[in-house]
Amino acid sequence: MNLNALWAYANPKKFIQATDRVLPWISILAVLSLVVGLVWGFFFTPEDYRQGSTVKIIYLHVPSALMAINAWLMMLVTSLVWIVRRHHVSALAARAAAPVGAVMTLIALATGAIWGQPMWGTWWAWDPRLTSFLILFLFYLGYIALWEAIEDDDTAADLTSILCLVGSVFALLSRYAVNFWNQGLHQGASLSLDKEENVADVFYYPLLVCIAGFVLLFIALVFLRTQTEIRARRMRALLARERMG
Amino acid sequence: MIALLIRDLRLAMRAGGGFGLGLAFFLIVVTLVPFGVGPQSDLLARIAAGILWLGALLACLLSLDRILALDWEDGSLDLLATAPLPMEAIVSIKALAHWLTTGLPLVLFAPVFGLLMNLPEAGYKPLVLSLLLGTPALSVIGTFGAALTVGLKRGGLLLSLLVLPLYVPTLIFGAEMARRGVEGLDITTPMLMLAGITCGTIALLPFASAAVLRVNLR
Repeated sequence: MNLNALWAYANPKKFIQATDRVLPWISILAVLSLVVGLVWGFFFTPEDYRQGSTVKIIYLHVPSALMAINAWLMMLVTSLVWIVRRHHVSALAARAAAPVGAVMTLIALATGAIWGQPMWGTWWAWDPRLTSFLILFLFYLGYIALWEAIEDDDTAADLTSILCLVGSVFALLSRYAVNFWNQGLHQGASLSLDKEENVADVFYYPLLVCIAGFVLLFIALVFLRTQTEIRARRMRALLARERMG
Repeated sequence: MIALLIRDLRLAMRAGGGFGLGLAFFLIVVTLVPFGVGPQSDLLARIAAGILWLGALLACLLSLDRILALDWEDGSLDLLATAPLPMEAIVSIKALAHWLTTGLPLVLFAPVFGLLMNLPEAGYKPLVLSLLLGTPALSVIGTFGAALTVGLKRGGLLLSLLVLPLYVPTLIFGAEMARRGVEGLDITTPMLMLAGITCGTIALLPFASAAVLRVNLR
């Protein structure tokens, strides 16, 4: 596919038309893969010989943690696109993704705490991974609050996108700083491209389906919220015109 | 540039400028901590380095909205923006003035507060050194936060929410350096990291602050 064709969707009208067409399908697929993945994971996989049934929280924990980071990454990319090419849809997509990402972070933290209570014997430990997720959550809160606080749309888009860039650098810095600060309780990566250290196959395949479900859910939510933002802004413009005329 | 620096310093020194306010706040924090955790001197000695760093950070935070808000209100920021001085230089000078009026006094008085907190003798030099290395980064990051929120009516709380996560790496390495100093461990690694953060923020963040300020003045 020609990458240049992608910029056509920076036109709000085109964006709404295109997303309207794919949104039902993405939503159906998201629901389908979430149902299949979670039911498969919860009811048709064996219990772990040491963790018992608590292992099954992995089907919520890992996908949400993955999306929490990738949502911020997406906001970083769309912020950059806004700064460089000044497409409004891009800024609005970043705005739309932030609350979703914050909720994903919260889900990851909550499910981690629920799993940690029986396994580690504590709801919370100041472990590097846990701590950096808490910091990521704070970054999300600051970003959302800045969007809400500024009245002028373009100013808000500019300021939040710069905050997103600076925040990304500091979030990364914090991630490695907390590594230095405390030893970890959290296990290593459950998934990686080199297959050596992955979880066992019985857990692996339903987990992949769940991850696909979370990705699709995220895309569907961001499309929907971006559409809402575009329509809300269009409505405000129309109202303003009517008052003037 | 020098004239701007002198003007800012003079404004801070004179009545209503809030010079020493940060220092007084620092003193109050240090006074309140023993009430909160109890007066056992061995406990205080153990947490002294961390509390002093936290106090310095909060004292710094408290004075951030003064960096740009007053100039914004009386319109002198618009004049500065049209002056033949690049915006990057203006925000750097503002950060420097903030450090000279808030950060430096904290560094100088930190040993006295260390005395109040029963800081072990080995800890004084690393503590002062870590504050000296770390507080410039706090000022520069804070100027970025102040530039972000300068146009807002009630930006104070938002400013804290935006700036405090950015302070995390500085606080981690600064407090770690002071703690290691207290325990007589090697302080080289956190010291280098802290110096790296400070140099990096001084070199790069003024560009972000200037960009943000230009947006806000638009």
